[in-house]
Amino acid sequence: MAIDLKTIKHISKLSRISLEDEKAQKLAGDLSSIFEFIEKLNELKTDDVEPLTSIAETTLKFRTDEVKNDNIREKILKNSPAENEDYFVVPKVIE
Amino acid sequence: MNKKNNEFIITKNNNNYEVIIGLEVHAQVTSNSKLFSSSSTKFGAEPNTQVSLVDAAFPGMLPVINQFCVKQAIKTGIGLKAKINNKSIFDRKNYFYADLPQGYQISQYKYPIVGEGTIILDMPYGQKEVGIERLHLEQDAGKSIHDMDPENTLVDLNRSGVALMEIVSKPDLSSPEEVNVYIKKLRSIMRYLGTCDGNMQEGSLRADVNVSVKKKGEKELGTRCEIKNVNSIKFMQMSIISEANRQVDLIEDGKIIDQETRLFDTKKNETRPMRSKEDAHDYRYFPDPDLLPLEITNDFIEQIKSEIPELPDEKKKRFIEKYKLSSYEATILVSDIEISKYFEEVIDKSDIKLATNWITGELFALLNDKNLEISESPISSKNLSKLINLIKDGTISGKIAKSVFEMMIDSDNDPELIVKEKNLKQESDPKELEKLIDKIINENFDKVKEYKSGKEKLFGFFVGQVMKVSGGKANPKLANEILKDKLSK
Amino acid sequence: MSELTSLTLTELVKNIKEKKISSSEITKAFIDRSEKSKKLNTYITEDFASAIEKAKKFDENPNFDLKLPGIPLAIKDLFCTNGIKTTAGSKILNNFIPTYESTVTQNIWDQGGILLGKLNCDEFAMGSSNETSYFGNVQNPINENLVPGGSSGGSSSALAANLTPITIGTDTGGSIRQPASFTGTVGLKPTYGSCSRYGIVAFASSLDQAGPMSKNVKDCSLLLEVISSYDTKDSTSIEYKRDKYSEELTNNIKDKIIGIPKEYRVEGMPDEIEKLWKKGIEYAKECGAKIVDISLPHTNYALPAYYIVAPAEASSNLARYDGVKYGFRTEGENLIDMYEKTRSEGFGNEVKRRIMIGTYVLSSGYYDAYYLKAQKVRRLIKNDFDEAYKKVDAILTPSTPSSAFKIGEKTNDPISMYLNDIFTVPVNLAGLPGISIPAGVDKNGYPLGLQIIGKAFEEQTILNIAYSMEEKINFNNNITDWWIK
Repeated sequence: MAIDLKTIKHISKLSRISLEDEKAQKLAGDLSSIFEFIEKLNELKTDDVEPLTSIAETTLKFRTDEVKNDNIREKILKNSPAENEDYFVVPKVIE
Repeated sequence: MNKKNNEFIITKNNNNYEVIIGLEVHAQVTSNSKLFSSSSTKFGAEPNTQVSLVDAAFPGMLPVINQFCVKQAIKTGIGLKAKINNKSIFDRKNYFYADLPQGYQISQYKYPIVGEGTIILDMPYGQKEVGIERLHLEQDAGKSIHDMDPENTLVDLNRSGVALMEIVSKPDLSSPEEVNVYIKKLRSIMRYLGTCDGNMQEGSLRADVNVSVKKKGEKELGTRCEIKNVNSIKFMQMSIISEANRQVDLIEDGKIIDQETRLFDTKKNETRPMRSKEDAHDYRYFPDPDLLPLEITNDFIEQIKSEIPELPDEKKKRFIEKYKLSSYEATILVSDIEISKYFEEVIDKSDIKLATNWITGELFALLNDKNLEISESPISSKNLSKLINLIKDGTISGKIAKSVFEMMIDSDNDPELIVKEKNLKQESDPKELEKLIDKIINENFDKVKEYKSGKEKLFGFFVGQVMKVSGGKANPKLANEILKDKLSK
Repeated sequence: MSELTSLTLTELVKNIKEKKISSSEITKAFIDRSEKSKKLNTYITEDFASAIEKAKKFDENPNFDLKLPGIPLAIKDLFCTNGIKTTAGSKILNNFIPTYESTVTQNIWDQGGILLGKLNCDEFAMGSSNETSYFGNVQNPINENLVPGGSSGGSSSALAANLTPITIGTDTGGSIRQPASFTGTVGLKPTYGSCSRYGIVAFASSLDQAGPMSKNVKDCSLLLEVISSYDTKDSTSIEYKRDKYSEELTNNIKDKIIGIPKEYRVEGMPDEIEKLWKKGIEYAKECGAKIVDISLPHTNYALPAYYIVAPAEASSNLARYDGVKYGFRTEGENLIDMYEKTRSEGFGNEVKRRIMIGTYVLSSGYYDAYYLKAQKVRRLIKNDFDEAYKKVDAILTPSTPSSAFKIGEKTNDPISMYLNDIFTVPVNLAGLPGISIPAGVDKNGYPLGLQIIGKAFEEQTILNIAYSMEEKINFNNNITDWWIK
């Protein structure tokens, strides 16, 4: 299946990765061949098959409603690129 | 706009339009820790002090589900008379935003924990059943603060990961008034259950409002728009009216309504499209591979059912039967769990009729005036009960009781003490009253003559005199009887 | 005693416990050799000074009851290590220092292990040759300019070059077993859910598993004992009684039934691989096992299914790398611009490719045709194995369709690169355990591996089969130290 430039631009917007046209073009080519490869799956009839969503054969284990929180603000903010002791900082968002 | 009986109609160019409203309410679950992490959920903490590594989406961090939040959701489902699903799946809702550290929200898409249910609204024109589509659990996002820094947005992740119940109604609501009653009822049910405190100022309850219009009589539904994140009932109502009118205007102008997500501007009282949501409908939902399917056994559900307290609808029934209240009175007294508690405490030791009137009358007026919840009432149920008893046994008149009530506000004093200290006991001894009335009659001979000759209005004058002379303490009923009797002679 | 760095883990542990050598001696030996081996580019971060300190401390107060007493080791840079930079081979995490430890590595430190440093890998574990790392290619010690395999390329190379006595990697589609095969070492991917994923930089959540990489099967079984554990911090971690893998290791596999899947005989498979496989079957028979032909009919659909499921999960798992909380950030005019620039500059080409594929297959209108379809095919693949395991105890296949190729040889052809994983991927899709052991060499003398796939949670069985065959195979990795001048 051919993936065109328009599709690449759309996906790159969704995944928040900017692409120059040249790179986008190459990517479109790569993805087209990959999708051709993937389309092999269409050979199989799977209407009555249950999808496998979790390989671990068990049910979700519960956690008790206890607060286990030392205030670790310093640790949390330590790696952030901006220099602010209380908040994460990002460029202004306009709603 | 016309309001005929139970209809909310918008009229333009002689065309009548009905409004179709659906609400998606986001209710914060009452719990100690978050849905998938052990951080505290307390409101009002210093920024980023209730954030764990999981909440901040550090590499390698994984979600682990809080059992209590699951119970709370099931409880709420039971309160909504809804189907509890034995198996449900958590899905990732993928989008980018500053207050969404994972780049996705863990929610439930195709298989929610709770299915269809109903809420009954007590409207002036009768009961209305509003359908519930579903209830599911999801993570709340953090907070973006746009107005603290001129060039930047600051992000506080305290709220990130707190458990939310999203309760989706069917599009059965048709007026701002119904929305008001719906939200209040939903809130009341959750407060009864203790699953959400419904505190809208703290953001515990918000709603996305879906609005569409259609010409009265037409079958086909109009295009709906979603107004996001409305955090008070008043704004919900205003936004509905504003949006419905906008849509009607567009239709009447022959234009098409775009299906879009909008925000309500509270200052301008109008809705406008959201800027950042162009690609937002492609959330690319898929089952979260870090979580397994949630399986709820029937035993688990039964166990929770046994923990459900009496809910508003049942309580209302019981109040009507047991206490012989009217439907209207019962509705008010069960509208909030704290009110019903207060009421039953008061009537435990005092007259039901009087209690009903005093609570719904004087007490509510006081609370409204001071903007207090009943749980913050300056007058305790114990003392109000005593006050009512003083009226019932004739110690004080209703009028005096009102003054005593005022005196109780500042310090919740025992009314019995107040009456004693201020010597407010009413005079109910007939002999004493007779003496007093005789004196008045004797001192106002000409007025008596005038009354007897037909000026019946003067009765009020004598009543006034009795009150004046007795310092307001004469038992009004008795005084009136004796007066009437003596003046007729 | 031969050079310390040539000893196996088992030998080192024995010697330490018998007080024949000290932790400091061992640690210094591996550090010295590592420092001479920078040409291989196996390390991203060295923690040598700290390692010496820890070794000294151990020697002052040794605890010989531990399973890895004073044993130094380097580990793949995908495991978050407290206070030590963890990059996942990516620019976007090139300055990230975790304030927490992964469960698997904590298990290792609790048993006396000492960190030498963090090893190179393909970026975010996406690759089969360690050519996508931001920190440069890794050389295979077998020969110059050969890839060591991937994504655990730094691990397999360091291991084969004796820079670390043992190591751990992660395996999502073959990233432990394939590099093991390329470097003549042993690599095990355990059953999904047996090792905790807490603190491991996530690639594809339903496929990722940490696992031991070693010079022989006995060492592998010892490390597996240390790292396999139930963890309540990981909701996909499974609670079950783990065997004492090294204690119960035996070469007696008499009457074990081993299946040979015909579908693994792929079109165009080199003769050498076919020959190796046949030889392996003979060895297995010599060890007492019974050989049975089986069919895994959906084998050919595993790779396409994998290249839908893994990128889909990855596209979502990598959304958190946005420059806001940690890692690399490029300033932008507004939030979206900042995201786009940061992620464009921070991620390499292969990662971007896979994020795009993943985003696309999950997107509106395509979910059913791709993602849902792939999950259904995954069910069929698992069913194939379940069916086969009614008749057999384990399955024997080649590990890779070729030996190590030249650096740069396959970088322009993604599909050719993906085909490296053709034998390993079905095992991840089905969540089963699989081990690769070196079994021979190709005409160039480069190592080739054989894979033994087991039933879920039956690592002991495949370890025993591998142990038994290893003896018969008697493989010797002829490392010439060509990079040390």
